[in-house]
Amino acid sequence: MDLFVEFLATLKNTVVDVLPILSIILGFQLLVIRKPIPHIKQVGFGFIYVLIGLALFLLGLEKALFPLGKMMAEQLTAPEFIHPGEQILTVIRWSDYTWVYIFAAAIGFSTTIAEPSLIAVAIKAEEVSGGAINANSLRISVAIGVAIGIALGSFRIVAGHPIHYYIISGYIIVVIQTFFCPKLIVPLAYDSGGVTTSTVTVPLVAALGLGLASTIPGRSPLIDGFGLIAFASLCPIIAVMAYAQITQAKAHHIERSAVKRKRRKVNKLNLIQKKQEQINSSQQNKQDR
Amino acid sequence: MNQQFLVFLKALLGSCKDLLPIILVIAFFQFAVLQQPMPNIGDILVGLALVVLGLTFFIYGLEMGLFPIGESMAQAFAKKGSISWLLTFAFCLGFGTTVAEPSLIAVAKEAASVAASGGMISDTLESQLSYANGLRFTVAFAVGLAIVIGVLRIIRGWPIQYLILGGYVFVVLMTMIAPSWIIGIAYDSGGVTTSTITVPLVTALGVGLASAIKGRNPMIDGFGLIAFASLTPMIFVMIYGMVLS
Repeated sequence: MDLFVEFLATLKNTVVDVLPILSIILGFQLLVIRKPIPHIKQVGFGFIYVLIGLALFLLGLEKALFPLGKMMAEQLTAPEFIHPGEQILTVIRWSDYTWVYIFAAAIGFSTTIAEPSLIAVAIKAEEVSGGAINANSLRISVAIGVAIGIALGSFRIVAGHPIHYYIISGYIIVVIQTFFCPKLIVPLAYDSGGVTTSTVTVPLVAALGLGLASTIPGRSPLIDGFGLIAFASLCPIIAVMAYAQITQAKAHHIERSAVKRKRRKVNKLNLIQKKQEQINSSQQNKQDR
Repeated sequence: MNQQFLVFLKALLGSCKDLLPIILVIAFFQFAVLQQPMPNIGDILVGLALVVLGLTFFIYGLEMGLFPIGESMAQAFAKKGSISWLLTFAFCLGFGTTVAEPSLIAVAKEAASVAASGGMISDTLESQLSYANGLRFTVAFAVGLAIVIGVLRIIRGWPIQYLILGGYVFVVLMTMIAPSWIIGIAYDSGGVTTSTITVPLVTALGVGLASAIKGRNPMIDGFGLIAFASLTPMIFVMIYGMVLS
């Protein structure tokens, strides 16, 4: 019963949240395009489903995803877990929190590899490049990028470093890579940063960061709690460009070694020909004698 | 009706797949690493069921109502030729889809409660709500602007690198003058904005536009809108933080 009351309250807020998009669509359709909306009944029902779905999702988020993220952060940073049987230490060592980094990387990798919009983008990229980019390898490289990103982000929270040093160095790497990367992949790589963080992943990762910042002594959620998602959107850009560069380098290598092989083959043929000629000429010499 | 049901089932399967990796990883850590029973597992299971159900309804509703109409409008405006209407539509599309983005709603609310407990805003429900809404509308405005810039880029054929690099420089400069408590959430807002609703509609606009204009490659020029949409919110949220303090 409580749940139902909560649901109604969330639904009421959701209607307000979604109102702008409804008015935009109606406004453009009626005032600019000036045609009645096609399949109005279907669109209306779709809208009602969107409202119900959004309310249910937000409720579930409060009940499950936020608590889960915070809970994992609390459990993995609990002193009893890190130093079983020891006195609580006052000094924080970043190396004590290895499991946090591993957990962060695992969440990043697994959610990214299953992300539907990334799968779509990867398939498109394979088409564009005429098969030079492999969709699966691209997905794996993005997932590795996100995994490293979230792990690095949690390391930053543990260590308490200011976030902008990391992000700005990331930008510098992106800038340098942009100059050396195949031009075709650049827009795609830039997009992949935003695409990878899905609706389910974002709240969980945000909660993980806030949980870490509030349980680790000396960190404040306000200053240190956010930023994991920023890492998760920056690292895939680097990973995708790195992937493209590696594929390009490999292609060059294969081409070059093919040229070398050809040259060697030609040399060999020449040698054989020369020998043949020598033999021929010596035979001719013999005959002449 | 039968086909509708199939579509619904597909949406259900999709949202289960979204959640499955998270459940697997957490279950592994809970039982293999922490080796402890899950605290309040009942509540969490109910919540997870709500998430799956909610996401299913949400995506089903989007595919039934919003996506077809949004895509046909995006293509109609892309082909119509009037640049001012196209840009107005682009702004509204970015703004409207971002305001309704579920993860942004959730994260903005969380940011408000963190800011309240950190003493940056007064600890009343009202001021939290106004902070969360301010954050959301700031991000939405930024995304709208980003889509406008992105559309202009596609029309004019500007190379994407220079615009993005210019944006980076802006972010760096803003970071130096923005209050430190807004920086984390500002950097995050770039990644938060672009998920369920925004990506498909914005991609439809970009690809539709690039294929309608002669000499544009939909694959090269169609991409890149999302990149702008994840860059501008950082700048504008930092401005929002400066205005607040």
